[in-house]
Amino acid sequence: MAQPAQKPVSGEVAIQIENMNKWYGAFHVLRDIDLTVYRGERIVIAGPSGSGKSTLIRCINALEEHQKGSITVDGTLLSSDVKNIDKIRSEVGMVFQHFNLFPHLTILENCTLAPIWVRKIPKREAEETAMHFLEKVKIPEQADKYPGQLSGGQQQRVAIARSLCMRPRIMLFDEPTSALDPEMIKEVLDTMVELAEDGMTMLCVTHEMGFARQVAHRVIFMDAGQIVEQNEPEAFFNNPQNDRTKLFLSQILGH
Amino acid sequence: MSDTHAESVAYVRDTMLPQQPPPASEAGAVKWMRENLFSGWFNTLLTLVSLYFIYQIVTGAWPWFANGIWTASSLAECREILGGQTGACFSVLTERWNQLLFGFQYPSDQYWRPVTAFVLLIVALAPVLYPKAPRQLLVVTALYPFVAFWLIWGGTLLAPLVALIGVAGGYVAFKLVEHQSFAMGAFAGLVAALVIWVLGGFVSGSAENVLALQPVPSRDLGGFMLNMILGTVCVSLSLPIGILLALGRQSSMPIIKWICVIFIEFIRGVPLITLLFVANVVLAYFFPPDANIDLVLRVIIMITMFASAYIAEVIRGGLAALPRGQYEAADSLGLDYAQATRLIIMPQALKISIPGIVNVAVGLFKDTTLVSVISMFDLVGMIRGPILASTEWNGVYWELWGFAVLLFFIVCFSISKYSQWLERQLATDHR
Repeated sequence: MAQPAQKPVSGEVAIQIENMNKWYGAFHVLRDIDLTVYRGERIVIAGPSGSGKSTLIRCINALEEHQKGSITVDGTLLSSDVKNIDKIRSEVGMVFQHFNLFPHLTILENCTLAPIWVRKIPKREAEETAMHFLEKVKIPEQADKYPGQLSGGQQQRVAIARSLCMRPRIMLFDEPTSALDPEMIKEVLDTMVELAEDGMTMLCVTHEMGFARQVAHRVIFMDAGQIVEQNEPEAFFNNPQNDRTKLFLSQILGH
Repeated sequence: MSDTHAESVAYVRDTMLPQQPPPASEAGAVKWMRENLFSGWFNTLLTLVSLYFIYQIVTGAWPWFANGIWTASSLAECREILGGQTGACFSVLTERWNQLLFGFQYPSDQYWRPVTAFVLLIVALAPVLYPKAPRQLLVVTALYPFVAFWLIWGGTLLAPLVALIGVAGGYVAFKLVEHQSFAMGAFAGLVAALVIWVLGGFVSGSAENVLALQPVPSRDLGGFMLNMILGTVCVSLSLPIGILLALGRQSSMPIIKWICVIFIEFIRGVPLITLLFVANVVLAYFFPPDANIDLVLRVIIMITMFASAYIAEVIRGGLAALPRGQYEAADSLGLDYAQATRLIIMPQALKISIPGIVNVAVGLFKDTTLVSVISMFDLVGMIRGPILASTEWNGVYWELWGFAVLLFFIVCFSISKYSQWLERQLATDHR
């Protein structure tokens, strides 16, 4: 594997999060989050469960609403304006833990639906794009099957292809391998590594520390709704500073 | 397993076992009977007792069918021909065939009109019910409501034509304004349709004899035709209204939500028969004295409201069964609410709801017989009223009610079978 670039690829800002706070009722889930993501940068977000990692990236495409602070994606300020939200969502791809493919549509239809209806791309062209990305995730032969007929790993790769068909500039991954059998994790990670090599801006919530070492420019460690520590992967894994980070790493890498 | 393997703990399989067919078992009718009918002394006893009962019922009922009289002109004549023997008097069905189907006031030289409407109904339903039917037939489906109205009620063709042009005009206006917002488009469509209807109403009102069929007033409709009209119209109206109500109930806009909740809960809390009495009597007080709203229309409104409240609840169940991830996936791809609902949410929610919707539809179709209580002469009304009350056929219960049962059973059983077929067609979650 090629040595990943250790410096952000460009100085251009892709996502700017400033002083962002979120509450679930009275529970303070995210506290004073400040984060700048540069174009082409690959960030892995780690942390114990309940630390707000998923909530953070779900705020970026407005699946969750934040109550204080600001999020700017690609120069568009995320507000309650539906037009802005739809614009951001069509630029930001998302891959879920449970794939969330549409079970009533074939693999090909899953991939062409959003391009046809949101981007207004002609059907034939959308299908060509879809086949291109299905080949990229190495399952073009499954195009006419339904999601229920595929294995978990295949479904997750379809989910990645479905997001890519919208030609997003940023990809969010919400624990993409957590629901998979060990044998299938690798095929999904390989797909993600390939995507990283193409220079995609990626934010990835995952427990796959090998993946973090291999592709991340930066690892962010969260606990109790705050960013506790962030660093380049080498420094993060070899020389953690915060006690909570040390404990987490010793538990996750200990065996 | 060889000896070397048995002695050591380590074991390496060197050949994989090939797949083998399951053990061949004795098949055939004898095996089936032994397993299902005579699998023990108690089950054998039950089987024999059941067979005895079936034998008794069949032998008891058979002479009644076999001796049936098909050609008499009254019950008295039937009894005369039978001469004390057991036997059905099916001649009431042949003699009153048209009354049972069309009611007793529909002009008999115009029977071809409802018959044509019925045949066209099958053609119009085909592309909706069977995805494999030619798509061009959808044109027939779109035109059908207007043609059927003209055929059954008669009058000038201009009236349904104006209605059709109004709908088409509304759709064009909606499409023109839709890009601004869905609500604006809907409003523009409504205004355009109303304008065309009002203007066209003057034209068709002043030219009542252009392309006119003999007009038939609503009170002259009857027989099984009336049940079919009410059933078809109310089912096809209550499904879209039910969908809207279910979505409205889930809406985040409080006013829309509460309107839908109150409507659904109120309608579900009231017996249909009271709603029909309201339609018959009370509703007239709410309209201006000279506004003579057609009785069939009033009944259609009430039954539709009733059924749509139930369908809304069934669909709400389907919506609730969808995982949140489906909404999130649709959102994350940038689909807006209307697209997500139409392309992702509704197809799945409706699929889950099919058994419930069919349940409501079958119930609704059978409930159309309740209109006999407000003195409309549907199939049940005809049997109870004009036929059983006539001097010729007073007392012919089994044959008439058996016929009514048969007609309703055929329709309802077909609906049920169709829905099972549809569920199998839509199943995508198997291998």
